[in-house]
Amino acid sequence: MMMGEAIAFYTLATLILGFGILVISVRNTVHSVVFLIINFLLVAALYVTLAAEFVAVIQILVYAGGIVVLYLFVVMLVRLKRPEMHADTRRLGVMGLLLAGVVLLELVGIAVYSASQPALPAAGAARGLPIEGGNTENLGWVLYTDYLIPFEVASVLLLVAMIGAIVLARRQA
Amino acid sequence: MLDITPLHYSLLSAALFMIGVIGVLVRRNIIVIFMSIELILNAVNINLVAYSSALQNLGGQVFAVFVIAVAAAEAAVGLGIILAFYRNKETVNIDEMSVMKW
Repeated sequence: MMMGEAIAFYTLATLILGFGILVISVRNTVHSVVFLIINFLLVAALYVTLAAEFVAVIQILVYAGGIVVLYLFVVMLVRLKRPEMHADTRRLGVMGLLLAGVVLLELVGIAVYSASQPALPAAGAARGLPIEGGNTENLGWVLYTDYLIPFEVASVLLLVAMIGAIVLARRQA
Repeated sequence: MLDITPLHYSLLSAALFMIGVIGVLVRRNIIVIFMSIELILNAVNINLVAYSSALQNLGGQVFAVFVIAVAAAEAAVGLGIILAFYRNKETVNIDEMSVMKW
C-alpha cells in the first residue's frame, strides 16, 4: 500500500512540476493557459490522494473551471497581431536558468538537511486515520462554526471583487 | 524514499513556488505573469493541505479554500485591470506599461 502511494505521489509531482515549467516557458500564451489547466487538474488529483476531496472538487470547479477560463477569455481578447511581444523571453533566458540553478541547490540542501534530522513522530502515525462523516461534512461543520466570520468576510470580498471587475472593464460611456 | 512524509509535499510546494517566482521575474507578458502568480498560490495550497492531512487538523484545508476564493477575486480584478489598460495602450508587454513612471 505504501508502494501505490509513493508511485502516485512521484508521478503526480513530476507531472505537476513538468507542466509548471511548461507554463512559464512556452511562447504561445494559449498553450501556457492549457498547460495551466492540466496543472490544476493534477494538483486536484494530489488533493484526492491526501483525502481532501472537497478541496479537490473546489480546485476543479473554481480554479480549472473558472479562473483559467477567465484567463482564456482575456488571452483571446488581447490577441495581438505582432509577434514581437514574445521576443523578450529569450533575452532573459540566462537569468531564468541561473535562478533555477540556485533554487535546485536550495532544494537539494533542504532535502539533505531534513534527511539527517529525526523524523516527526506525528506525521507517520496520524496518516491513516479515517475522518468520520467524510471530508465535506467535517469541513462544512468547521466552516460554519469555527471559521464563520472569515467565511462571511470572504463572501463580502468576492462581492467587492465582482463589482470592481465590472467597473474596471466596462466601456466608458 | 517510499514513505511519503509531509516533507515530500513541502519540497514539491517549494519547487512549484520557485517555478512561479521565476515565471514572474523572467516573462514579459503580463498574462503569463498572472498565471505564474496562480502557480505560486497553488504551491501554498499544496503545502497547507498536506500538513492538514498529516496533522489531522481541518484548519489547513479551510485556509486552502479561502486561498482559492481570494485567488478567484484577485484574478477577476487583475484581468479587469489588464483589459482596461489594453483598451488604452494596445500592449500586454510590461516593459511598455511604464506610463506612470517619470
